[in-house]
Amino acid sequence: MAQKESTFLNMFLTLLVVTGVAALALGGVYTATKTPIELAKKAKLEAAIAMVVPEFTNKPGEEAIALTSDDGFALKLFPARDAAGQVVGVAIESVTMKGFSGEVRVMVGFKPDGEVINYQILEQKETPGLGTKMVDWFKTNVKKQSILGKNPDNVKFIVSKDGGDIDAITAATISSRAFLDAVTRAHKTFMEYKTKQEGSL
Amino acid sequence: MNQMTNFTKGFLKENPVLVLLLGMCPTLGVSTSAINGLGMGLATTFVLVMSNIVVALVKDLIPSKVRIPSFIVIIASFVTIVELSMQAYAPALYDSLGIFIPLIVVNCIVLGRAEAFASKNNVGSSAIDGLGMGLGFAFALTMLGSIREMLGGGAIFGHKFIQGDGILVFILAPGAFIALGFLIALIQRLRKV
Repeated sequence: MAQKESTFLNMFLTLLVVTGVAALALGGVYTATKTPIELAKKAKLEAAIAMVVPEFTNKPGEEAIALTSDDGFALKLFPARDAAGQVVGVAIESVTMKGFSGEVRVMVGFKPDGEVINYQILEQKETPGLGTKMVDWFKTNVKKQSILGKNPDNVKFIVSKDGGDIDAITAATISSRAFLDAVTRAHKTFMEYKTKQEGSL
Repeated sequence: MNQMTNFTKGFLKENPVLVLLLGMCPTLGVSTSAINGLGMGLATTFVLVMSNIVVALVKDLIPSKVRIPSFIVIIASFVTIVELSMQAYAPALYDSLGIFIPLIVVNCIVLGRAEAFASKNNVGSSAIDGLGMGLGFAFALTMLGSIREMLGGGAIFGHKFIQGDGILVFILAPGAFIALGFLIALIQRLRKV
């Protein structure tokens, strides 16, 4: 089977054409998938909010309030309102960099008084089967695992190993610490925002 | 070889993971659950088939000295297409597989088949070879993922059938090696039959 001679010109042209065609194809696919990817991300956000706050009639995703935590992280607050416009819950998108593999993004739902309603993990790259358990570990009502229905003002959102009140994931202490770090950051920033707003959201 | 043999060799006789021992990295890293293994296997199958077809099409146009860089660009393009498509249309799977999707580029199986088969055979045979190898890879990954999910968590495809924790080591790397070792031994035994 005859193959092209490996002259400098042939090699140069071949690589040029191959990379050129690849670039065009990828540019095309990127443009075609750009909108679906954004829509998928938006849908994920709205679904995450709906999972962590009680029933609402507004569109919390569109009422986002940008907040900054004490240590400089950018958080987002999504208010969930009932038909009368009253805030029934607040979804906070929080972040921590202390995960085993770096960044972990969480959506935590709080009652207006700061009690945790529910949470949803948005992004994490933790070890599969270990850190990834954070997806439902802290919702499971076993021993002192769950953070649902607890208020960081009354309960220490620190792993038992460090003297706190929450049981860490077995063999995934670092991931557990990171998760609680994100939740406490969300709570603290929310409470500070509430104070600034003088109690009215 | 006829096309039937060409296709089925990827499952048992020349299974890329269990016999040729290629693509070990994603095999060990992704097979923590059955669905992850299956998803990864199917994504890799798509890349394998497409890159085998394209390589077989252009094999006469690419000078020998630049064939590896050219193959890699072709493979990487298809992997990026898979990644973007997954992100747009299967975001849950994309989140589960994470970094292993772009790592399909360096999966030895893909470059290996391009170099060993597609660059020396026609388009039809190359496509079938890619399909057989890819499905064999998916088969191995799903098997390994199922074993690790069952022993490590008492579940299969997400359905828990044993309450409580499983044998933790099977979710970790050592367990992957152990389970894979036994699987390879089993396949070696079956091949001799």
